[in-house]
Amino acid sequence: MSTATQPASQLVMPAKHYLNDNYGIRSWLLTKDHKRIAVLYLFSITFFFFVGGLFAAMIRLELLTPAGDLFTSDTYNKLFTMHGINMIFFFLIPSVPAVLGNFLVPLMIGAKDLAFPKINLLSWYIFIVGALFSLATMVTGGVDTGWTFYTPLSSGFVKTHVILMAVGILTAGFSSIFTGLNFIVTVHRMRAPGLTWGRLPLFIWANYAASLIMILGTPVLAITLILLALERGFHIGIFDPKLGGDPVLFQHMFWFYSHPAVYIMILPGMGVISEIVTCFSRKRVFGYSFVAFSSIAIAVFGFVVWAHHMFVAGISTYSAMVFSLLSFAVAIPSAVKVFNWTATMYKGSVSFETPMLYAFGFIGLFTIGGLTGLFLASLGLDIHIHDTYFVIAHFHYVMVGGMVMAYLGGLHFWWPKITGRMYPEGWAKLAALITFIGFNLTFFPQFILGYMGMPRRYHAYPEEFQVLNVLSTAGASILAVGFILPLIYFLYSMRFGEIAGPNPWQATGLEWETSSPPPTHNFEETPIVTEEPYHYGADREVTVVP
Amino acid sequence: MQYKLPLFPEQASTVAGPVDGLYLFLVLITTFFSLLVGLLILFFAIKYKRRPGHEAEQIHGSTLLEIIWTVIPLGISMVIFVWGAALYFHERRPPANALEVYGIGKQWMWKFEHPSGQREINALHVPMGRPVRVTMISQDVIHSFFVPAFRVKQDVLPNRYVDVWFEATKPGTYHLFCSQYCGTKHSAMIGEVTVMKPDDYAAWLVGGKVDGSLASEGEKLFQELGCITCHRADSGARGPNLTGLYGRPVRLNDGRTVIADNNYIRESILNPNIKIVSGFQPIMPTFQGVVSEEGLIQLVKYIETLSLQQGEPLNNRTSPSEIRDNEVPNIQDQMKQQNAAPQPLPGKKP
Repeated sequence: MSTATQPASQLVMPAKHYLNDNYGIRSWLLTKDHKRIAVLYLFSITFFFFVGGLFAAMIRLELLTPAGDLFTSDTYNKLFTMHGINMIFFFLIPSVPAVLGNFLVPLMIGAKDLAFPKINLLSWYIFIVGALFSLATMVTGGVDTGWTFYTPLSSGFVKTHVILMAVGILTAGFSSIFTGLNFIVTVHRMRAPGLTWGRLPLFIWANYAASLIMILGTPVLAITLILLALERGFHIGIFDPKLGGDPVLFQHMFWFYSHPAVYIMILPGMGVISEIVTCFSRKRVFGYSFVAFSSIAIAVFGFVVWAHHMFVAGISTYSAMVFSLLSFAVAIPSAVKVFNWTATMYKGSVSFETPMLYAFGFIGLFTIGGLTGLFLASLGLDIHIHDTYFVIAHFHYVMVGGMVMAYLGGLHFWWPKITGRMYPEGWAKLAALITFIGFNLTFFPQFILGYMGMPRRYHAYPEEFQVLNVLSTAGASILAVGFILPLIYFLYSMRFGEIAGPNPWQATGLEWETSSPPPTHNFEETPIVTEEPYHYGADREVTVVP
Repeated sequence: MQYKLPLFPEQASTVAGPVDGLYLFLVLITTFFSLLVGLLILFFAIKYKRRPGHEAEQIHGSTLLEIIWTVIPLGISMVIFVWGAALYFHERRPPANALEVYGIGKQWMWKFEHPSGQREINALHVPMGRPVRVTMISQDVIHSFFVPAFRVKQDVLPNRYVDVWFEATKPGTYHLFCSQYCGTKHSAMIGEVTVMKPDDYAAWLVGGKVDGSLASEGEKLFQELGCITCHRADSGARGPNLTGLYGRPVRLNDGRTVIADNNYIRESILNPNIKIVSGFQPIMPTFQGVVSEEGLIQLVKYIETLSLQQGEPLNNRTSPSEIRDNEVPNIQDQMKQQNAAPQPLPGKKP
């Protein structure tokens, strides 16, 4: 169901593009081309996504029965720790910014590359070094602190490789600082003539907001992990009361980064959805400035809600109230986005290609994920559901139902731009449907489990929780199919997919005005922007470089 | 394995109903808005499905609509905030007449001590229809006391006492979980809370074998550790008089005033030189590693009972100069001697 106006037979791959400009391993490992670096990131994080997924599968298998009979307790504890660390630090945080952002930020603003191409390559190498530390931790026995590294358990009690893993995460953090820095400078300095802030695609606004969090928040994570390593390695008392420290201080510092970090993960995904919904509704986005500024509002408010992870951790009643109030405030900009996406479809001309299906999935699941966040922000209710499966369900609705859906939607949307070829539409729609069904079956029962009182990170559980756990494990097996299918057909389409042409979706945006795949320098001539973004409509002139 | 699918844990405390009420309200809100968004998307997708000869109508937005869908969610969320905060406020303020129980979390078990001396492991017996306040501390890492049937949860910290309270409404046995990940056997750090009718509870209290009440055990410790050497009621005492201390404000030598609560007393035993009472010298040795958490609870409880007696007001001296250096006893030396060869504490310093 291609919307291309040109018959498929007329489409040809451009003779010269970024993928065939140079050959050989050196041309990839020493590339300064943001598009090639994006592809390097794509392969790296895909690896970590499936490693993290493998851990998740093992967790779900163990939870099929109430008794802890498949793994030992220590192994199980390592499984959920490594699942969290892999997915958060080595997949979700780099996912949209480092892959799609790297590829698209220069293209969307009409630039030849990011502001600092060498730093961009360096950021990938730093990511790989961090990833190698993480892999080294895994193969030498893993770590069992939970991805949250709460002290004094992590600093003085567990016997696994906490410092090695902390070094890995710390290192990977610098890669995200460099990426954020690069994006901010690029958006400020390298926009094409006529591309004012009010004409920026919303994907750029979203990545800009996420970049602000990356450069302001990540250093705090680095400090926290260094202090943790100092206490564990040299017994310098910071968090462990036996050494004169305060364990709750660690939680404040950890969540000061890690709460904004969920916005690093979700904001770029929201940007993807804004691009997809407009394109497949053939409409200007409803309330451009409200969607754009809601990203900035989320980035700002996101920094002052961290203690909502600590309502039962022994903080004062009044500070809990302030953090609860602010947490409700941060929900509003997200709600504004959802309403605007929905309104964008009003009086549109809607079609249902795979990216749009993922966008539908995102909006629905993110709405549920966001609204269940209100349960957790509500003080009296959080006392009961804190640290239960309710939190797990909420987090996965936002991060998998929201973020992974957005990432997959974006990958399908820009796949023709990245590779010059189309993915098989029928298989892709099937995969999107399977993912949606599998996801809900996996995580919806966990809301009920949580309210019933099943604590998170439990290797064994009382029998009355079994039915819901079996449903969840069954869902996970369906979800796995939904994730493996795209891996297969994407690889297939790289060689055998139909040739896409420069603009298979008839989308607006500078990235669609160059060939697919784009030439190494992106544009033959610097584009000049004269229109607002998402200028869909009859009077639109599509300029296509052959 | 049972095949019924319950959606709520049992309601066995006074707050369970109100918490479930707020939960149901939020389920309603979530269902309403999810359906609203979902149905609108479905409706628009069908009504405005792409077809030949039909162009999208370009709409830039509507400030009025933006205001509406900012203000309405804000209003609803403020209702939820106030409702949730009121519940939290209630749950964080134990009633004054609450029955006291003490809990210690350690890898990987729960220990509870009743004021009259009963001790339990991974089990807690409480009466129905009376507020119970559990004062807790951890011996190692952070744990969390979670009873789903009561809808209460509180992290148990290794450096200070925290408390949680509930009033059980239904006799029965309920899960006690540790909900803060605490290492290898986290999921085995579970127990049972047994709610009993008041008569049964009274019978249970007298039925168990008991060494002595917490306060009397504390008094013994107070003697054994030599606390009594300095913390005396007479005017020449080297340490502040503890009679009538508990719960009262204490003036420190840096001018601050603190309330002498459980945490202050525990800290003053383990790190005596952090807060020095006005008029006294920093001469007390630390008892870190000397007294167990159980012992600390007993000492705190003993000091608490001292204030129940008709004691004299807090004996704070006005001038530090009244203490001479040679008056300062080396309690740790005494204890070493005591450990080497058990002997009664010398009445005078050696």
